[in-house]
Amino acid sequence: MVKTVTNLGRSGVYDWMIQRVTAYILALYTLFLFGFMLTTDLSYESWSALFGQTWFRIFSLMALVSIGAHAWVGLWTVTTDYIKATAPRFLVQATAGTAMFVYVVWGVQILWGH
Amino acid sequence: MLVSLYRYNPEQDNAPYMQDIELDIPAGKDLMVLDVLALLKEKDPTLAYRRSCREGVCGSDGMNMNGKNGLGCITPISEVVKKDKLVIRPLPGLPVIRDLVVDMGIFYEQYERITPYLVNDTPAPEIERLQSPEDREKLDGLYECILCACCSTACPSFWWNPEKFVGPAGLLQAYRFLADSRDTAQEERLSDLDDPFSVFRCRGIMNCVAVCPKGLNPTKAIGHIRDLLLQRAT
Ligand code: SF4
Ligand code: SF4
Ligand code: FES
Repeated sequence: MVKTVTNLGRSGVYDWMIQRVTAYILALYTLFLFGFMLTTDLSYESWSALFGQTWFRIFSLMALVSIGAHAWVGLWTVTTDYIKATAPRFLVQATAGTAMFVYVVWGVQILWGH
Repeated sequence: MLVSLYRYNPEQDNAPYMQDIELDIPAGKDLMVLDVLALLKEKDPTLAYRRSCREGVCGSDGMNMNGKNGLGCITPISEVVKKDKLVIRPLPGLPVIRDLVVDMGIFYEQYERITPYLVNDTPAPEIERLQSPEDREKLDGLYECILCACCSTACPSFWWNPEKFVGPAGLLQAYRFLADSRDTAQEERLSDLDDPFSVFRCRGIMNCVAVCPKGLNPTKAIGHIRDLLLQRAT
């Protein structure tokens, strides 16, 4: 049957699971940030204290990687639905993949930089 | 009543067009859409459409009536006609051969892909392979499909990737054999479906459920297949 190597999990089930798991992580992260903003009074000090903690940096990195994976699987699906010609499809996928990679690396630099 | 009919004869017409016809419906009668087509064909014998059983059993007269797929023979006009107008088109997403007659080739290929017959490699018993009433019950809601293609041709994922996505009708039948206690090829069946397209292109839009003239639920069957694939993968 159709086997493609361009998707992330290399099988429909794994892609499906990646989509679910990353969605939960992103939802948790969003809820946490909302909760934090509602219960803490927002200032430079409270933000940098939060981002100074290792567990939150890991949590943020996890959310970032999740966005990358989630967006990649999603966009891969959308492009294979709507862009039928191979060259433009590959171009859009390559652009999306590069952007995801850049965001993740850049995010690591922001989280652990200075 | 105004009937707007999709017409296309590739031997004569450069492009499909809609033909508007005024038709008097006998008072006090609720005709089926298929009867309306028969009246129109009396006027114009060049009109082409498929039908056979005229009672919702054979699945040959799937068509799009005022935007919704269904069987012409069991769809009363009182149910579909709006503002005294009936628009009849062929099933969407399949190549038109002529007027309402579509080429179902790709739909049957999807069906063929799921190995639509029992596979059992154990020695044949003397009389028959028995099944408990409980196991037999698992096939209810699956075996009744008449392959009319109303569901698949209403499914956007079928429109975009008909060669790779199996479509609601094909997947309903895939599950019909996965759920059969007498079948021993579950593993092969599942590994044939485990790519990103065959099952997982289903986005749960449920157009298929909304149109099935037999009241079947392909989305639910697709969910069961996904569960089996997940169990196998984890
Ligand atoms: S599931 Fe329903 S709509 Fe689809 S082919 Fe079977 S009978 Fe027709
Ligand atoms: S539920 Fe799945 S198979 Fe049914 S119409 Fe939607 S995408 Fe197609
Ligand atoms: S003519 Fe057989 S299903 Fe309509």
